[in-house]
Amino acid sequence: MSKNVLVIEDEPNIIEAIGFILSRDGWRVATHSNGEDAVEAVRSRMPDLVILDVMLPGRSGYDILRDLRGAEATAGMPVLMLTARGQNRDREMAEAAGASRFMTKPFSNSEVLAAVNQLIGA
Amino acid sequence: MARTTLTGSRIRERRIMRGMRQAELARQAGISASYLNLIEHNRRRIGGKLLLDIAAALEVEPSHLSEGAEAALIATLREAAAERPAAGAELDRIEEFAGRFPGWAQLIAGGYRRLAAMEQEVEALTDRLSHDPHLAASLHEVLSTVTAIRSTASILVDTPELEPDWQDRFHRNISEDSRRLAEGAQRLVAELDAGETRETAQSVPQEEVEAFFTAQSFHFPALEPGGGGDPARLVAEAEELTSSTARAMAQALLERYAEDARHLPATRLLPELPKTPETLNPAALADAFGTDTARVLRRLASLPPGEGTLDKVGLVICDGSGTLTFRRPLEGFPLPRFGTACPLWPLFQSLSRPMMPMRRPVRLAGRSEGAFLTYAVAQPKGAPRLNREPLFEAHMLILPRVPGPNEAEEAPRVGVTCRICPRSDCPGRREPSLMGDAA
Repeated sequence: MSKNVLVIEDEPNIIEAIGFILSRDGWRVATHSNGEDAVEAVRSRMPDLVILDVMLPGRSGYDILRDLRGAEATAGMPVLMLTARGQNRDREMAEAAGASRFMTKPFSNSEVLAAVNQLIGA
Repeated sequence: MARTTLTGSRIRERRIMRGMRQAELARQAGISASYLNLIEHNRRRIGGKLLLDIAAALEVEPSHLSEGAEAALIATLREAAAERPAAGAELDRIEEFAGRFPGWAQLIAGGYRRLAAMEQEVEALTDRLSHDPHLAASLHEVLSTVTAIRSTASILVDTPELEPDWQDRFHRNISEDSRRLAEGAQRLVAELDAGETRETAQSVPQEEVEAFFTAQSFHFPALEPGGGGDPARLVAEAEELTSSTARAMAQALLERYAEDARHLPATRLLPELPKTPETLNPAALADAFGTDTARVLRRLASLPPGEGTLDKVGLVICDGSGTLTFRRPLEGFPLPRFGTACPLWPLFQSLSRPMMPMRRPVRLAGRSEGAFLTYAVAQPKGAPRLNREPLFEAHMLILPRVPGPNEAEEAPRVGVTCRICPRSDCPGRREPSLMGDAA
């Protein structure tokens, strides 16, 4: 079974590191680094899981998530949100927008792996 | 029964200070001792000739007995009491308190004002992370870089037999990221430092601007034609303006002042003023000088102090949202500080009658029921632009008025702000009054 993940993040070295550990874990990794057309990227790829950064160029991760939740095809898609601020308010906003899971930077590789696998029930 | 006013308490205070008996003062003022007793206990309103006679008998200025700056003081005390209702401040004796212990009253009012300013500052500081985009961006960058380094480093350590190509790549990434981290951390420190020096002001910018204008009596000879001054220099030299916000606000106001003075120099306006405020016609003055009414109103509130026939004027300017953008307070007509003003003011009525200059007498509800004459106009700010909705701005000039026998009755009663307004049947009321229905 191949697991598809789309990483939406604008930090190239984070993309590379996460991409590396996920592919070693058996994931097929696609990446996208722009907020503006992130929703289209998700729709056209329809991954099993999305890793979404909150602060993206062009559009906020919360807005992207709200759009995903509003569309039937992506309403139930597992989304792991990444943020650089772990305050309660950010956690609440992520939950309100419909995040499946919320993770604060800087996270460890093993935390990410555990989270993504739990999210798709593997 | 009439609402209590301060005047009576002060007459009593002065009389006792002079060691004068009530009967003696009553005799000199030509009234009965029992009537004087009612006045002294603030049960009868006093004004006009009787006030002058009593002042003469007590050998004090009448203005020391009548209300003035104390009205504003009492308004502030009321606000302070409203903030801490649990303290149980004796609101029904507030005027007596302010009259008998003016120093203590000032101390409480000053403390309350300072507290309000500091609360604003604390709010600004706690909100800094969410409201300072530079700080948030710097922080985000540092944390992102740390994430990349942590993740990459743990790949290098934890992956057995990592291919040399990958190893090289991740080493390069770590080196690159650590450099970025160093720069980002420095930027973050610089941001935090800037925050420390940026706004250490204790007061709110509006107050600084007002203190600056008040210190100059709202008149700037340097900005009148031939004065040789410029707004930037006045702002730079002003001790009252400590925050950058206040300086920017003052600068904009002074630039407008200079432009007004160019179009309508004080020296040309002064000889055209009417003998009494009752016959003032700002619209006709605007027409005669080929300018607009709002400019005339601004100029009337920036004439050299002590010259001309209008030396006691107040002016408020608000934008389309009703926010007061300029305040020149007038004795007896206190202007609200942070709170919002009374919607019955002709200032706000003028916003729904754009371009029509209005002359409206008003009475101030409560306290002395002071009479005032107001002139208001709402007109677009700046020159009209093609296909752009104009942004309206309203001006209101306030003049004190000696009420005639019937005239004061015709004038509508307006307030200062709802919380301290006694008017009970007001369609514009936003929140309950602290003054009960004693009006």
